[in-house]
Amino acid sequence: MPELLLELFSEEIPARMQARGAEDLAKAVAAALAARGLPLTDHRAFFGPRRLSIVGRVPPSSAEEQWEERGPRQGVPAEVLLAFIRGKVAPKFGWNNAEEHGAAVNALLSGQAYLRGGDEPVVRDLRLAWKQSGKAPALIASALVPGDGADRIIAEVLPRVVRALSWPKSMRWNGPFAWVRPLHRILCTLDGEVVPFAIEDLPGMASANLTEGHRIMAPGAFAVRGFADYAAGLRDRKVILDAAERQSLIEDGLARLAAAEGLSVVPDRGLLEEVAGLVEWPVPLLGRIDDAFMDLPPEVMRTTMRVNQRYFALVAADGRAAPRFGVVANIEATDGGATLVAGNERVLRARLSDARFFWDQDRKQALEDFLPKLDQVVFHAKLGTQGQRVARLERLARFLAPLVGADANLAARAARLAKADLASGMVGEFPELQGVMGRYYALHGGEDPRVAEAIGTQYRPLGPGDAVPSEPVAIAVALADKIDTLTGFFAADERPTGSGDPFALRRAALGVIRIIRENGLRLRLADIFAEAFFGYPQAVGVSPEPEFGMAVAQEKLNAGWKPAKDSAHPPMVAAFAAGLVDFLAERLRVQLRTEGARHDVVAAAFTGGEDDLVRLLARADALKGLVESETGKNLLAAYKRAANILRIEEKKDGPHSGPVDAALLTAPEERALAAALDAAEPAFRTALGAEDYTSAMSALAALREAVDAFFDRVTVNDPDAQLRRNRLRLLNRLRTAMDAVADFARIEG
Amino acid sequence: MPETPSFQEIILRLHRFWSGQGCLILQPYDMEVGAGTFHPATTLRALGPKPWAAAYVQPSRRPADGRYGENPNRLQHYYQYQVIMKPSPRDAQDLLLASYRDLGLDPMKHDFRFVEDDWESPTLGAWGLGWEVWCDGMEVGQFTYFQQVGGIPCEVPSFEMTYGLERLAMFIQDVDDVYELDFNGRGVRYGDVFRRAEVEYSHHNFTAADTAMLFQHFADAERECNALLDHQPPLALPAYDQCIKASHRFNLLDARGAISVAERQAYIGRVRALAKRCCEAWVAGETA
Repeated sequence: MPELLLELFSEEIPARMQARGAEDLAKAVAAALAARGLPLTDHRAFFGPRRLSIVGRVPPSSAEEQWEERGPRQGVPAEVLLAFIRGKVAPKFGWNNAEEHGAAVNALLSGQAYLRGGDEPVVRDLRLAWKQSGKAPALIASALVPGDGADRIIAEVLPRVVRALSWPKSMRWNGPFAWVRPLHRILCTLDGEVVPFAIEDLPGMASANLTEGHRIMAPGAFAVRGFADYAAGLRDRKVILDAAERQSLIEDGLARLAAAEGLSVVPDRGLLEEVAGLVEWPVPLLGRIDDAFMDLPPEVMRTTMRVNQRYFALVAADGRAAPRFGVVANIEATDGGATLVAGNERVLRARLSDARFFWDQDRKQALEDFLPKLDQVVFHAKLGTQGQRVARLERLARFLAPLVGADANLAARAARLAKADLASGMVGEFPELQGVMGRYYALHGGEDPRVAEAIGTQYRPLGPGDAVPSEPVAIAVALADKIDTLTGFFAADERPTGSGDPFALRRAALGVIRIIRENGLRLRLADIFAEAFFGYPQAVGVSPEPEFGMAVAQEKLNAGWKPAKDSAHPPMVAAFAAGLVDFLAERLRVQLRTEGARHDVVAAAFTGGEDDLVRLLARADALKGLVESETGKNLLAAYKRAANILRIEEKKDGPHSGPVDAALLTAPEERALAAALDAAEPAFRTALGAEDYTSAMSALAALREAVDAFFDRVTVNDPDAQLRRNRLRLLNRLRTAMDAVADFARIEG
Repeated sequence: MPETPSFQEIILRLHRFWSGQGCLILQPYDMEVGAGTFHPATTLRALGPKPWAAAYVQPSRRPADGRYGENPNRLQHYYQYQVIMKPSPRDAQDLLLASYRDLGLDPMKHDFRFVEDDWESPTLGAWGLGWEVWCDGMEVGQFTYFQQVGGIPCEVPSFEMTYGLERLAMFIQDVDDVYELDFNGRGVRYGDVFRRAEVEYSHHNFTAADTAMLFQHFADAERECNALLDHQPPLALPAYDQCIKASHRFNLLDARGAISVAERQAYIGRVRALAKRCCEAWVAGETA
């Protein structure tokens, strides 16, 4: 099959947009060709600073097709027939011979068919004939439409594809045509031959077989014949086409240079991808960091190098920062790189001098002295300033401390200082160092090391791979940070939607879940959310700012939710907290499903507004063990049968929730079931009380034989009304016992 | 040409280079502006259908960047070299590299890059796409394809190049302190010319400037700008002078800390509104 090669050659495309651009282009080309019956196969897409390229195979032409169009019924006047021929048939085939149109009408009026031979270039066997259809014959036009040549189709669809390719931001430079940056050339060949086309609103742009090599080392255009020639020609002209190859050249090259000095490169996938998007001919080099800067925190050096300069950090065998950096040039310099390395070293010196300035300035004052500035910084328009946030965090951390085994004074101190670094010069310059700098400044100021660590880890976990704080003071502060955020934004009705989560509330919820799970924390989340809620004066109506909408609470109450009788909070607050627990439970459900848990078992365990995640997980675990056993499956079947019978009968005569009358138990199997329940219930209640869900499940499992025998031998709907009612009550006892453990009705199978 | 040009030699070479590319060599605009973009030769000429090509040095004032002559990298008054070409030449990037070669930066020894940079001026209601031009990791220029000015889409997008002259000179001369730059190749240093100004203007910008007077000047400039635009026929260029004045008064007030965070956006919006009207009047005059 013929090979299609397309290259769009432009001025420098931002690195972050290249991969997506190539992928979008490949999809659009494939879709546009497929729509014209020309499938693109074996295709690969390439991207780099100055080009997007696609290579693939297409058939020489699209397949031929049978075409048919239904016309008017027999008996219509000649003008109607002519109008159909001229309107629907002739334009499709470029059939413009008026005499022939007239001949066709005459033939049709006399009841004949009209056939047109195969001399027309785009249509064969055009046939206009009457065909019986319902009451009267109708005119049917049909033809065999041959396939189009691949070159014709490509030339027709590609201009549209190029014009329609969308970029995060695009610009004009010459006429109305917009692209990410000026587009200079379009190379398009089919089996090495140019497929000629122009771009309508981009004057002077026509496809050719020309491209360009490296801007400095091999300037000027050159012609290519097909992909192999293209890739080789580029390589000869100092361009590596494939981004993956550029990445490995950078990675391997830097690793080799580092190893030669007994060092290694700090892995940074994101940086590697970005740098591979900035160079066409990567030349990795090492530069030297002035010793005078080596006492800066390694995070500061790394961030400066990465964010401002796109340099790679190096470490010694013991993991300490090494006084070297990796830089990737886009040129084989004539002096071996001496000039450009020296230039990069100078630039880094200036950058690190700036960083040193912030580091020294920031440490001239105590961390606490930054706090007043936070009163001037808005956290969120509806949620007040960062200063107000600090006050809430302090309060919440003090509340959480005893629950997680932390010293309350240390937790409060850490929470008080946690956001202070947001007002520091360093974090102002590098926001990604928040927390990190606070930790350093706290240590510098002689704070308790636990306070400093808590400040350093407050934002954790930042992603699925990030570690979770495990020291109690750190746990209290990290939880306070996330719980305050969730509470505030939920109260202000800034909840995540299907399309967006601008305040990263799902991440905050997952953070809370992971901190609780991985530390085995026993927390009543509903209470904690209610407590956090009272930290917001806007929420409790003592603030001049507008009160919160609290849609969460409203929805909960509207859905019939009722606070517990012993709830210590006003119903609105309790409902709000319950709504937040729901949000967390939903995140946990999603999390468990991604871990491979059965969705029905998870749903069954999540019944009843449980707000202690550890207990909830233990129950889910035990339940999984039960329902996967043979006994559990039988028991589940029995439960469903009992529940079904009860549902049907309760529809007739209301709930059967009264006590079972032992005197009315006549059949031996029902006596046995009652006895089994008598024996199981205390065991089972004790186990539940002790949160020993495995034992609770065993106690339930012990019922199985009695239950099976009961359903085998006993007729529930006995003609004797008293016996019937008593048996229904017995089944209700079984259902109630099992409902206490989980919502078995949700389990499938 | 000597391998390492002095500060004034850099300007002379850039003049010669861009003159050779057909640019008019203009002089600085005789008003206080924050960047070369404010010169009417860029702001106004970027609009309308007529071709235009110009290059000039523009002294630029950023009152809040004053450091009393003590910071080796920051100045409240510095020079930008500005180039604008409309329509943008097809080989704009190559021209630019050629201009650096003329300044002694050999692209076969140095590592030149075009790194994504979207330019935006909220006060001018202007934006464009382009790059920072990096040489060995150092930003040595800003390259922008203008898309909109004064809220008006550029009918013919122009190419704009801004060289930060002090920073570029420091890089070329391998000097770490701006005040140590060789100004003329005959022993005069940058500090000999400008240090006293940096000290005195820092005092002025941060403490001495009369804020009540500045607020009054801002209001006067705003009123006068609108009045000149209401005049029949509208006087776009004199009105634009008043817009520039208002913008600089705002920068001074900002440096003085006289404008709160909440008010800041409102002031920027007022200047933008003036810029927009001036630009509209300019375009109307160009296409009439």
